[in-house]
Order: sequence, then C-alpha cells, then structure tokens
Amino acid sequence: MQAVRHQFGLDRPLGVQLLKYLQHAGTGDFGYSFAQRRPVLRVILERAPATALLVLTAWAAAAVLGPLIGIAAALRRNSALDHLVMTSALAGYSIPVFWLGQLLVLAFALWLGWLPAEGMQAVRRQLTGGAHLADVGRHLILPAVALCPRYLAVNARLMRTSLIDVLHRDYVTTARAKGLSASRVVARHAVRNAVLPVVTIMGFDLGFLLTGSALVETVFAWPGVGLLLFTSLSTRDYPVLLGIFSLAAAVAVAANLLTDIVYGYLDPRIRYT
Amino acid sequence: MTSIPDGGAGDGGMSSALAGAGPARGAPGDQRPATMKLTPARPGTSASGTVRRWRRFARHRGAVAGAAALALLAAAAVLAPWIAPHDPQALAGPPFVSPGPRFWLGTDNLGRDVLSEILHGARISLAVGVLAAASSTLIGVAMGAVAGFFGGRADAVLMRTTEFFQIVPRFFLALIIIALSGPGLAKIIFVIAILGWPAVARLVRGEFLRLRTYEFVEAARAVGASPLLIIVREILPNAIAPAVVAGSLDVAQAILLEAGLSFFGLGDPNHVSWGTMINTAQAFLGEAWWLSTFPGLAILLAVLSVNLVGDGLNDALNPRSEQR
Repeated sequence: MQAVRHQFGLDRPLGVQLLKYLQHAGTGDFGYSFAQRRPVLRVILERAPATALLVLTAWAAAAVLGPLIGIAAALRRNSALDHLVMTSALAGYSIPVFWLGQLLVLAFALWLGWLPAEGMQAVRRQLTGGAHLADVGRHLILPAVALCPRYLAVNARLMRTSLIDVLHRDYVTTARAKGLSASRVVARHAVRNAVLPVVTIMGFDLGFLLTGSALVETVFAWPGVGLLLFTSLSTRDYPVLLGIFSLAAAVAVAANLLTDIVYGYLDPRIRYT
Repeated sequence: MTSIPDGGAGDGGMSSALAGAGPARGAPGDQRPATMKLTPARPGTSASGTVRRWRRFARHRGAVAGAAALALLAAAAVLAPWIAPHDPQALAGPPFVSPGPRFWLGTDNLGRDVLSEILHGARISLAVGVLAAASSTLIGVAMGAVAGFFGGRADAVLMRTTEFFQIVPRFFLALIIIALSGPGLAKIIFVIAILGWPAVARLVRGEFLRLRTYEFVEAARAVGASPLLIIVREILPNAIAPAVVAGSLDVAQAILLEAGLSFFGLGDPNHVSWGTMINTAQAFLGEAWWLSTFPGLAILLAVLSVNLVGDGLNDALNPRSEQR
C-alpha cells in the first residue's frame, strides 16, 4: 500500500502533485492510465484518428450544406421553403444527439438492416484496401448523420440571418443599381460578406463537435476518444479523464486560433496587432 | 484571442447564433432612453410597451405552441405523483411489456412503468433546466454589469475568464467535475450554472458598455446617484432584454446538458431522469424500442418548446431583429 502510494506520488502534498501534473502535461506527459497501465497520451492518441474521422466528416457536411441551405432560405424569405428550413433548424438544434443516434440504429440497422449498428469495421472479416475503406465508410454513415444536424442547423440559421442582414446594406443596393444581375450580386457581393460570422461559428463548432462525438461514439461503439471517455468514467480512470479533457480543450483552442487566421484571409480589413 | 469586430459573431457562441445575432447591435427603437430625465428612466415598464411586447409574442405561433407545451410539461411535473399510474421506481409488472392498454408506454428491463418514469423525469429535467439557467443568468447579469460599468481591471479579468469558458467544451468540464465529486442533483444544477454564465455576462457587458455613455446615466451621476443605484435602476432595465432571451435559451441547453450527463451515467441515482432512461435503453435497443423512443421524445419536446419560447421572446424584446 505504502509502496503504491509512493509510486503514484500520493504521499506528496497536493500542491506539489498539481504542479507536477501541469509541468508534465506541458511536455505531453499526462501520467499513466490506472486501468491500462500505459501512458495516458498513447492511450488517447490511439483513439484519436477514429474520432477525427467522425468529427471532420460531420463538420465538413455541416460546413458545406449549412450555408447553402441558409442562402436558399434567405433568398426566398418567408416562403414555404424558408419556414421549413427554420423549423427543421430549430428541431435539429433541440434534438439530443445520442437519442437521434439510437433512433437511427433502430431504423436503419435493426429494422431495415441496411447499415451496421456499431463499431468502425466488420469484426468477422479481415478486409484490405478499397474493401476496407468502403466498410469503414458504411460504418461511418449513421454516426456522422447523428452528429451533423445540430451544426447544420446552427450554420444554416446563422447564414440566413447574416445574408438577410447584408442584403439590406447600401453597397448591395449600389451593386444592383449598377445593373449587375441578381445572382451576381448575391454570389460576388453579399455572400462573401455574409459568410464571415458563419466561419467564426464553424470554428466554435469544431471544438463543440467533440462533445457530440463523445455521446455519439457511445451509442455506436465507435472506437474513438469519446468511447474511451465513457469507459474511463466507469472504471474511474482519472488520469485518462483529465488527459482527454486537456486535449479536448487544446483542440478547441487550436480550432479557434485557426478560425481567426482563416478569418484574417477572408476579411482583409482585420489586422492582428 | 484576437479581436473580431462583428458583435453577433464573437459573443455568446451558440446562443447568439440562435438569437439571430439580434442583441448587442444598437438600441431597439422603443428602448432609446428618454434624454435628461432625472427620474429613473424605465421604458420597459410602461403599460403600452408591455402590451406591445405581449402582442408581438402572441403573433409568433411557434412561441405560443411552445409555451403551451411547456405549460403541459410543467403540469405533468408538478402533478406527477398523482397522475402517474405507478410508482416510477416500483416493479409494476413483468419486464419488457410493449406499449399497450395496460402499460401505455410499456415497461422497462426491470418491469417499471415507462409512462410513470417519464412523468417523474419531467420534474428533474425542468427543475435542472430552470434552476441552472436562472442561476447562470443571475450570475451573468451581475458579472456583466460590474465589468461593463466599471471597466478596467475587473473587465479584463472577466473577459479572459469568459473566453476560457467559451472555448473549453462545457460538457467535458461538467463531466470531469461530476465524475470527481460524485453525482447529485444539486451538484448537477450547480455545475451547469457555473458553466453557463459567461455567455450572458458578455451580452450584458456589451449593453452596459454602450449604455453607460448615454446622457441619462450622466444625469443620474450628476444628481449624485451611487454606482449601485445607477446600475440597478438606470442601466439594467435597458440592458436586460438580451439577457432574458439568452437566459431562456440557456434553459434548453441546461436540459440537454443534464440529459447528456445522465446518458453518460452521471445522473442522480435517486431520481428518474430522461437521460438515464435512454442510457438504460442503449443495452436493450434490439429488444425494446420504446425504452429509448419515448424519453427521447420527451427531451425533444421540452427542449424544442423552450427554444420556441426563446425565439418568441427574442422577437418580442428585440424587435429590430424581425423588422428589416
């Protein structure tokens, strides 16, 4: 007992323990997993690619489709399409991702049997090359669809609001008055400015998608960091929990930094001092 | 963090996205303070203004539907012990009975009545949602008011803190705190409130920064009003609308957060929670679809209603966002 205490450094004062943790975390050493007796960082990084695949797929889908839907709704304001978009956006924003995941499993995996319900690849067969990729793709569809709607909704709604706002600015009126076609005004003048706040939100999205991913991975037994988080909770593997939190925060910060940089390119008026 | 000029983009994160970038963008028409009035200017309380706001809210069909659904849920929550057919924790029948005349929504893996569990679950969801959002809004308003009014170092500290909270994924932080300190209803409410206030604080700070330069504030200062009096009686009534909207949308986020925590097995084990029910359902998806479907519908209904009401409030309190 005493030996274990000493081994984990638990006989040192709390402040020293915390300082040591932070010191080591700064160099990428998050300690050892209680459950797996391996370095935390390695345990987490093993799972990172699966999470990255899921998160980036959903993020990209929301980043492309969201603004397009938003533009369509803004251009036909108060039409049936607009109302449909706004209502579904609200629903997408309100639906719990883990429940949506379960519904998708019920419908497409258990009843229709079209897609696999869990995991990232077929367990029984060893596939290679193109067949392997196709297999992973099939497993990816349902989790990505479960994860996407919330961000799709946020992006579409913000794009719509922003574009409606921009379309009432003076320079848009000027462009119209110059005799430019409506489509040219929208595509070249309005959308370019309207998309800026959407880009900012998409940076936030990337950080928050990790949360959704944790819940979705748990539903689909997707072998990513989220599932690791879930199992670490039940085994009380605190070093891994803290490690996941620190890395998630780091990813979120990095995503925001990246957003700021991209923003600078998109809007030359912004200068960083 | 670098500076981002657009008001609607940087602040509030999700909630500003929902509020349609409405708040923090110049004074709504009817909120322009009466200039140089020595008596406290409180435009929000005039009868005609209130009536106008009510009408605007009532015209919003979604908001009215949301309010009705919320009233229904609140009634279910309050009356649960009397209207629920069974004790939610008791074994009311055999396990895995599908929905039918005896058990309307079926029974779970232990034979508990799903309908009774959902009715009692409404208590937890609504209590967590309302209490957490109310506390975070109160904290946010107080912090934002102090930072916006006094500026300087207090402001700088607050802004760095809110930036931290805005970027760090809330769910993970809540998860860690609950996991380390053990589950409990009060703890869940506390954690969600602590994580929710920064967004409100930023909104309120923005409003205060704008309003504190107005003449009616100067007038109040000139007659010797104390800072507290100016903050509470002069500026706050003009700055409260965006905070109310953000607070109402926070209720939805709090309900979702609680459901997520419970789904991860961190719910209060002594109470029935919709998230916990869906967690249980995960293991029996193939056998009993109703275990997942109905509690999820309940969450969706609650969150959607709150969001609809929040939207209606936004239109009613920030008329500019719809007038274009």
